[in-house]
Amino acid sequence: MNRTKGDEEEYWNSSKFKAFTFDDEDDELSQLKESKRAVNSLRDFVDDDDDDDLERVSWSGEPVGSISWSIKETAGNSGSTHEGREQLKSRNSFSSYAQLPKPTSTYSLSSFFRGRTRPGSFQSLSDALSDTPAKSYAPELGRPKGEYRDYSNDWSPSDTVRRLRKGKVCSLERFRSLQDKLQLLEEAVSMHDGNVITALSHYREHLNIQDPDKRKEFLKTCVGLPFSAEDSAHIQDHYMLLERQIIIEAIDRHLESAGQTEIFRKHPRKASILNMPLVTTLFYSCFYHYTEAEGTFSSPVNLKKTFKIPDKQYVLTALAARAKLRAWNDVDALFTTKNWLGYTKKRAPIGFHRVVEILHKNNAPVQILQEYVNLVEDVDTKLNLATKFKCHDVVIDTYRDLKDRQQLLAYRSKVDKGSAEEEKIDALLSSSQIRWKN
Amino acid sequence: MAAHLSYGRVNLNVLREAVRRELREFLDKCAGSKAIVWDEYLTGPFGLIAQYSLLKEHEVEKMFTLKGNRLPAADVKNIIFFVRPRLELMDIIAENVLSEDRRGPTRDFHILFVPRRSLLCEQRLKDLGVLGSFIHREEYSLDLIPFDGDLLSMESEGAFKECYLEGDQTSLYHAAKGLMTLQALYGTIPQIFGKGECARQVANMMIRMKREFTGSQNSIFPVFDNLLLLDRNVDLLTPLATQLTYEGLIDEIYGIQNSYVKLPPEKFAPKKQGDGGKDLPTEAKKLQLNSAEELYAEIRDKNFNAVGSVLSKKAKIISAAFEERHNAKTVGEIKQFVSQLPHMQAARGSLANHTSIAELIKDVTTSEDFFDKLTVEQEFMSGIDTDKVNNYIEDCIAQKHSLSKVLRLVCLQSVCNSGLKQKVLDYYKREILQTYGYEHILTLHNLEKAGLLKPQTGGKNNYPTIRKTLRLWMDDVNEQNPTDISYVYSGYAPLSVRLAQLLSRPGWRSIEEVLRILPGPHFEERQPLPTGLQKKRQPGENRVTLIFFLGGVTFAEIAALRFLSQLEDGGTEYVIATTKLMNGTSWIEALMEKPF
Repeated sequence: MNRTKGDEEEYWNSSKFKAFTFDDEDDELSQLKESKRAVNSLRDFVDDDDDDDLERVSWSGEPVGSISWSIKETAGNSGSTHEGREQLKSRNSFSSYAQLPKPTSTYSLSSFFRGRTRPGSFQSLSDALSDTPAKSYAPELGRPKGEYRDYSNDWSPSDTVRRLRKGKVCSLERFRSLQDKLQLLEEAVSMHDGNVITALSHYREHLNIQDPDKRKEFLKTCVGLPFSAEDSAHIQDHYMLLERQIIIEAIDRHLESAGQTEIFRKHPRKASILNMPLVTTLFYSCFYHYTEAEGTFSSPVNLKKTFKIPDKQYVLTALAARAKLRAWNDVDALFTTKNWLGYTKKRAPIGFHRVVEILHKNNAPVQILQEYVNLVEDVDTKLNLATKFKCHDVVIDTYRDLKDRQQLLAYRSKVDKGSAEEEKIDALLSSSQIRWKN
Repeated sequence: MAAHLSYGRVNLNVLREAVRRELREFLDKCAGSKAIVWDEYLTGPFGLIAQYSLLKEHEVEKMFTLKGNRLPAADVKNIIFFVRPRLELMDIIAENVLSEDRRGPTRDFHILFVPRRSLLCEQRLKDLGVLGSFIHREEYSLDLIPFDGDLLSMESEGAFKECYLEGDQTSLYHAAKGLMTLQALYGTIPQIFGKGECARQVANMMIRMKREFTGSQNSIFPVFDNLLLLDRNVDLLTPLATQLTYEGLIDEIYGIQNSYVKLPPEKFAPKKQGDGGKDLPTEAKKLQLNSAEELYAEIRDKNFNAVGSVLSKKAKIISAAFEERHNAKTVGEIKQFVSQLPHMQAARGSLANHTSIAELIKDVTTSEDFFDKLTVEQEFMSGIDTDKVNNYIEDCIAQKHSLSKVLRLVCLQSVCNSGLKQKVLDYYKREILQTYGYEHILTLHNLEKAGLLKPQTGGKNNYPTIRKTLRLWMDDVNEQNPTDISYVYSGYAPLSVRLAQLLSRPGWRSIEEVLRILPGPHFEERQPLPTGLQKKRQPGENRVTLIFFLGGVTFAEIAALRFLSQLEDGGTEYVIATTKLMNGTSWIEALMEKPF
């Protein structure tokens, strides 16, 4: 993916790829602006007390007369129908309704509609199989019998069992012969035969446990269930992470309330670390526990080792955390490696262009930014970043090294008049030492 | 009222009137004053077929949202619950009924199940001891809801998940019932084509249902020439790509719900002189989007890059029209001008709105991130670098972009590579679980089960064959004056619509090989018509195809079908039906596991 600039140009111009920009950027933009202007100027001419001749909309944005609007209206108003009608008539001034509280449902209905019944209504297989089909397992339709029999006949044995497992309705009418029944049983047994799906649906239940300790204990029961090898490792990690978060949370909550620890005093925690993802936990520990010895649960290095966090991920997260604290020495140390002769060298597994972006996002001072922009290897990327983040020295030095007089001249107009940068450019341009290429 | 429904080739107002009639009949069964208690989810879809005024005409005085505890006070004779047949809702209803104040005047309770009655739900009410409290327990077959002159939707959110993950075909049954209703109103559809397991099931159900109606011969002259049933899992690719039509982008960025969109209000603030910019509205601006609005009908299916020039042309025309007032000299001319004012003002309001929306969208589409995302999507769809870990996706995860965005891209890569190499898949999974939380292992499993994310089996990538045969990637796209459906994704031609196009001409026999690679059977059925009803097409008269997307359809696909309908020598006009109007994000989100 590391295409050079030249490649990239060709790549785009080969017309194989359509960039999604307006063909003629400026023209298009001015067209939009123009139509906006035209529209706005018309407002002055036409006396408008209402912008929307197309539709009538109430204060909440619901179209007047729509059902959702009316629910709010009629529910909020306990007066007679006559009053209701008056309100409808006088709705032109929206403001009068603005005070009415919006009825909000205390039930989050959507949470119910996930296509599964609650554990309580789970239809056990044995119940379902022994039940007579005509009773309560008729399809959920109020239609003549002949009609739904056809409908339900479409279930294969595996479909049927799947439905039963989910506590859904289905008819067992069609499984008449011994062979059919055996097939159905076989299917049912195979579904319950400790396969992956069952392990996952057991694991799923943890989502409904709020208490962290109970949730942790539940996750413990999931470890060792027959997941695929890959999933198994993730489930184990999930359990270990929560276990660790519970310990860290207890200690840090205590430290914070005691008020003796500087980092918690200066940067009070915004939320508990419980149930946060691994990378968020790593960020947290890089923020609050960066210097801790490797032996503690909250040490970043310990997290990295225990959960096999890839180098890239670790560096990104540590960088973001330390930059947020403006701990530039830590940032520096993160990228400094010593070789066996004792020489130091800067190295970034994520590429220095990413380092620069992250530092910039955290408002790093220009001197710091400059240092890392300089470490970007690809010259075009370096120039782009330096220009974008106004690292003038880097830009000027790079053009000098490229012996690109034209570009340097052009850049002169971008720096402040009478500034040190301008002087530097002027000095370079008048130097007789440089053999400019243009 | 809903005139835009009758603009199309098939008058869908007939369907709307039929369902309205049914609603009135039910309301009149419950004599006296009424209050309706709504399953909140239903209010959006109901809004498309009836306004409050209709209910009021039938003595509906109060409306509430269904929630626990006691019902709000209402001095009415009847309380009617409008609900979907869900067990959880039965519990809430029972709570309402049981906490009814017995000292007050007695009220009659009724339930209207939408779209079907459910014995299981009634059993639940019986178990809770309230079944006897209901006088009328009926069903309201609101299966297909008309959204526009050529568009019907069941608005069934869970349909895809139920069909493809849970093996639950209830929504297919509703689809078949909806199709039976359409045939009752618009005549028997003589030919049925289909591709996919669910399509096969729906066709089977329709044929059986028809057999049971043999007593009453349908004597309506058929409006539809054929029906094409398409499984969403035949084309998992299209919804994952970012839609690039105007309507598609509005949906991608702001989400269109039941033909309404909520927009940030800042750009819609009235700009009056001397206002000083104070009192900025804080409530979202809600707009209805359908073909009733002339300008919207004109621009919604265009590639967004072609919208700006239309808006500016319109602005000039309207400016000129308002300038006409200076030329009006005689009383007659002034009168003429004034009579046109309302129409001009409406056009101006419409133009102002869409100029603002276009500006909002442009802010997004010109951002660096949007450009990068689109580049990656287009690389994948044209078959470049689909077999290795993608840098941009990695960056998105590192920067913790929304999980749905990341999953959309990873799934797109998987689909465009007929599955990912095991190593690549494991890498993405690990990054996602570590960054977004281990519980998403459940979501990843759902995606795998749906075929959206999977390891490549047998080491064979079929996508290039499909892409080349169906010409899914077009190098020369004209976004301004399109000549091919690929304009809706600026290069990618939606697979689903290509299948429809090829079916109409030259027929599927030409692509047998690809059809065999795509999942599920393809088939053709005929429903014989009595000779009197057989259609003799006039020369040059287009066929009308009803295309039904089982598992959802995107606005970009709809735009592509409308493009085909409008082709002069296209030969086919399409009416589109679906279980749900959706986009890649709402689709992925419906497949995510959340606590229940």
